[in-house]
Amino acid sequence: MKMLINVPETVVADGLRGLAAAHPELRVDVENRVVVRADAPVAGKVALVSGGGSGHEPLHAGFVGPGMLSGACPGEVFTSPVPDQMVRAAAAVDSGAGVLFVVKNYTGDVLNFDMAAELAEDEGIQIAKVLVNDDVAVTDSLYTAGRRGTGATLFVEKIAGAAAEEGAPLERVESIAREVNARSRSFGVALTAVTTPAKGSPTFDLPAGELELGIGIHGEPGRERRAMMTSREIADFTVDAVLEDLKPSSPVLLLVNGMGATPLLELYGFNAEVHRVLGERGVPVARTLVGNHVTSLDMAGCSVSICAMDEDLLRLWDAPVRTPALRWGR
Amino acid sequence: MNTTADAVSREAVHLTELDSEIGDADHGINMQRGFTAVRAALESDPPDTPGAVLVLAGRQLISTVGGASGPLYGTLLRRAGKMLGDGTEVSRERLTEALRAGVAAVAQLGGAKAGDKTMLDALEPAVKALGTSFAAAREAAEQGATATVPMVARKGRASYLGERSAGHQDPGATSSALLIAALARAAADGGSGETP
Repeated sequence: MKMLINVPETVVADGLRGLAAAHPELRVDVENRVVVRADAPVAGKVALVSGGGSGHEPLHAGFVGPGMLSGACPGEVFTSPVPDQMVRAAAAVDSGAGVLFVVKNYTGDVLNFDMAAELAEDEGIQIAKVLVNDDVAVTDSLYTAGRRGTGATLFVEKIAGAAAEEGAPLERVESIAREVNARSRSFGVALTAVTTPAKGSPTFDLPAGELELGIGIHGEPGRERRAMMTSREIADFTVDAVLEDLKPSSPVLLLVNGMGATPLLELYGFNAEVHRVLGERGVPVARTLVGNHVTSLDMAGCSVSICAMDEDLLRLWDAPVRTPALRWGR
Repeated sequence: MNTTADAVSREAVHLTELDSEIGDADHGINMQRGFTAVRAALESDPPDTPGAVLVLAGRQLISTVGGASGPLYGTLLRRAGKMLGDGTEVSRERLTEALRAGVAAVAQLGGAKAGDKTMLDALEPAVKALGTSFAAAREAAEQGATATVPMVARKGRASYLGERSAGHQDPGATSSALLIAALARAAADGGSGETP
């Protein structure tokens, strides 16, 4: 496997040095793995901090900036960051108005953010947390770790980030974040397995003629494997998996997400099929975002996330945002 | 702790291989990073008591490992270390009590219990057997890790695979068995077999 890297051990640090070089509007602490907007802390504004393993770029550091995240903590590849990073980020962005931790539901992220919240509160920082768990591929029951947090993380970060930018207090930003998560569902499909720099070979064996349904964003296998399907068939399957769990009664926000190695040509073609299915199922689409936003290194494949919107959420989605990977409206 | 660091280092690739089958292929490299930090911390500022060694090691793991393993192993060692207190000598009985408290803290933090295909499947029987001898604890931990093979994971990342997680040995239970084996070896090297 050929990769554009020096050695696996420095992949994350090298990436952060490059991010810093491209984006002077960010403050990048390469040694401590903390990325914050350069003008932080913004007086009177609630701050949003998220984080998770590296390998999902542009999530999360690519979404730091006005209108979205105040700070991000990239962990090692596919590994949750450690509490020290989160506390450092919270301290760097807190203006006194409090910090919302946006946490994807993975055991490691949850445990480390819980520990960080305790430590940050010891330092006098007011912390609220929202857990993102949108992935319908996982059975949510007492007997599992619960649904994973995947594509809806972007929805939560953008919409709650816009509310914070408007000056909403911590309690309100937190409740909007929970609301967005509650209205969101996702489902992902892998056409190839992922190769992590540390391992250097695909993390699971996926033969050429097959695809994996219900995958997460960490190279873990999904729940089911089938013979390769067409874009049209994949759209039918994924949208129905999402709609089986969420019956939107209002227009939806749609994310057609690439997992890292699927070209935009294919993603746009897939988006056409997703729009077709949603139309056939009577679900109007209010806004669509297509691209590689919540990725899994070099995995080929896609995921579909939808969020049932209302007017206020739509207004917050449309609000200006200026980050490395998402920007509009100003 | 050095014995443990050596063992983790030696087995890192194996742990990552196990993790790639039902997890995300990083357990070995993460544990290796953590115990390298533990070794460095112990060398630069050696604590006076076994309890302090465990607390310091636990804190290093929380600060460097990441994932679920950092908080879980960190909590195990920190809680056990606190239970040991200031004693300069530690009996096997005292260590058993301390580890029992550490394992209980891990179960509470992770919300898991034996049979969920996690590190607890190795740790719980090991602590029970430690009441008899270090050798018995090592054997119980290894058997516990092997016993995770047919289990369906209910906690951690492997739980996302549902039934498909069966047939693979749990990486966390495997690394736990490594730690217990290193403890047993260190106790044997210590001479009496009764000090860790």
